[in-house]
Amino acid sequence: MDNKKSVLAIISETRIIHILLSIILGFVVGAFFLLIMGLDVGAAYGRLITSVTSVKGISYVIVYSIPYIMTGLSVAFSFRTGIFNIGAEGQFVLGSMAAACVGILFGSLPSVILIPLCFIAAMLAGALWGAIVGILKNKWGINEVLSMIMFNWIAFYLSNFIAGIPAIHSDGTAEATKNISENASTLLSKELIADLGLCPTANWGILVALVMMLIAWLIIDKTTLGYRLKAVGANKSAAEYGGINVNRSILTALALSGAMAGLGGALQLMGMGSRISVFSSQEGYGFAGIVVALMGCSNPFGVFFAGIFYGALIYGGSKLNLVGAPTQLINVIVGTVVLFIAISVIFERLKYVQIKKKPKAAAVQSGKEGAEQ
Amino acid sequence: MKKILALMLALCMVFALCACGSSEPAAEDAAEAPAAEAPAEEAPAEEEAAPAEKVRIGMVTDVGGVNDQSFNQTSWEGLQALDPEVFEVNYLESKTDADYQTNINTFIDEGYDLIICVGYMLADATREAAEANPDQLFAIIDDSTIDLPNVACLMFAQEQASYLVGLVAGSVTESKIVGYVQGMVSDSMNLFGIGYITGVLEACPDAQVLQYNVNNFGDIAGGSTAAKDMITKGADVIYHAAGGSGIGVISACDEEGIWAIGVDTDQASLAPDHVLTSAMKRVDVASQDISKAVAEGNFTAGVHMYDLSNGGVDLAPTRDHIPAEVLETVEAAKTAIINGEKSVPTSVADCPAFTLAE
Repeated sequence: MDNKKSVLAIISETRIIHILLSIILGFVVGAFFLLIMGLDVGAAYGRLITSVTSVKGISYVIVYSIPYIMTGLSVAFSFRTGIFNIGAEGQFVLGSMAAACVGILFGSLPSVILIPLCFIAAMLAGALWGAIVGILKNKWGINEVLSMIMFNWIAFYLSNFIAGIPAIHSDGTAEATKNISENASTLLSKELIADLGLCPTANWGILVALVMMLIAWLIIDKTTLGYRLKAVGANKSAAEYGGINVNRSILTALALSGAMAGLGGALQLMGMGSRISVFSSQEGYGFAGIVVALMGCSNPFGVFFAGIFYGALIYGGSKLNLVGAPTQLINVIVGTVVLFIAISVIFERLKYVQIKKKPKAAAVQSGKEGAEQ
Repeated sequence: MKKILALMLALCMVFALCACGSSEPAAEDAAEAPAAEAPAEEAPAEEEAAPAEKVRIGMVTDVGGVNDQSFNQTSWEGLQALDPEVFEVNYLESKTDADYQTNINTFIDEGYDLIICVGYMLADATREAAEANPDQLFAIIDDSTIDLPNVACLMFAQEQASYLVGLVAGSVTESKIVGYVQGMVSDSMNLFGIGYITGVLEACPDAQVLQYNVNNFGDIAGGSTAAKDMITKGADVIYHAAGGSGIGVISACDEEGIWAIGVDTDQASLAPDHVLTSAMKRVDVASQDISKAVAEGNFTAGVHMYDLSNGGVDLAPTRDHIPAEVLETVEAAKTAIINGEKSVPTSVADCPAFTLAE
């Protein structure tokens, strides 16, 4: 038991290596597929890199990564508290729709009031959507993964329904909501965008994402609330024995996780879309959040960078067609990365067992042994 | 010690990643440089030479994606069929509503000569980009609301094609009950229904037309349910104007063994034994026309109407299941429309049998 902490420390540090390795392997596998298809690997990856390295490219990457960071934080938060929030998709959609309703119906309010109002509405909507699942779990023991997947669809059709309400629906021909009021927009001023050469949708939502990252970290690592949530996640029975109200903890964890996803929806709407179209398929921000949380080791800081990385892949990947490579390459890379990260967890387990047996074994060596097995 | 070791290894990895990354564009530069510098012999295909020689056409899809088996795909196929010596064509797919603007801006930044936006969903993004970049040429398919000197609106007389398939449906039905499934109620979508019902009633005045609005272009199950409901009520021909939901309509007809009529593209491949024909919108022709116009320097803004007279809409080439005498009627009606002897109504008021509009 004396070396338990150091073992955990090793694991948390070597995970970074695992993740970087997984990412590199992802690109290698991607290159392999490009070769099979007879495409120029250098041109495709070169394009991927050049499109995200200009000032405009970087601003696009940041803008694109905001929703992924938020859903990533949401899922990571749930992972840390022992729940699998696969419902971030639905929470994101409803948060976005709640912000849209407020932004359209109360459009005359000044920005100082309207923007926080939109944020609050979105967080409440997301939290509510998460909490309902928590109640179902607590009252009737319904598995949260199942109900969340179904709740994603309820959110999907609810959003389409709300988008069709005359007060919300676009006046023009578009199958979408009206545009939200200018006062609810988080876009930077046009002059600033032109001066700095940023992308037209540059917005300050990333600051909110940064703040949420800090808040998530504070809650998880620095508060009694976080301790309680983690305790329930680690071992429900032990936590209950220790006097923690398990049901309330699950509810709180789901609501907080949902609030983050919901806020992500608001940030995406107020910075990027300014309207919500009638969906024909799920946009997948919530599901991408699972990938981001995995890549970020469920650590808020890790998630932030993983979100930026994911945003860069999505934005850079959207331009692959221009050099003749398929956009789906990004899915291959991301899928491979996730696969290898999942495999690395198994190696960690193996190593954990080994280190327990031989406390002196160096981390790198055991890593090699693990790989050889 | 362990920590330091692990940290150093991590750093190595980061550098390795950076190194991998930066070597690739260098390699690409190296590969491209000689081609670009080569005094224009038989290697003119490189990007450097493109702006001067080739006309660059960029296409932005709507959220359906480029393989939607509908107008995104048709439009892209049309562009691919253009002469590669003259044109360089590329597309960008939109995954969400927010991608439209980004994709359009990508093409603007890349200096494309013409940007084709596929579908009325892109209307607002196109208008915004066209206002901000008055020197950039745009074309938009299925939208006529943008009135700017640098935007061409490619419109299709969908009621004419629908009228022709209506004639076919009215002629082949034995139960005198036919079905119609629509994807969404809007002025432009209603034209499909108006044309179809007019055609059906002309061929078979006492026919009954069952109508249903799925209210979604991507709901295959919804389309299938609607079609099965109609089949239960006795329909033996069903036409759909419902995008992806229509795939459900066709598969339901295939299962139940009745006739389906496709839309936009030749959809016979979805159910070769039960697709009677399709009401084609030649989005490919329209995309090619506007691209060629740009190449020849005679781009014209405003509405370009594609109808029967210029081959912009028509019955699909798959007509094997249609009896010869019905085809004759259809051809006669087509000629009459082209000669201006006959017109297909375009307003709900002229087609009281169409009931989805309210």
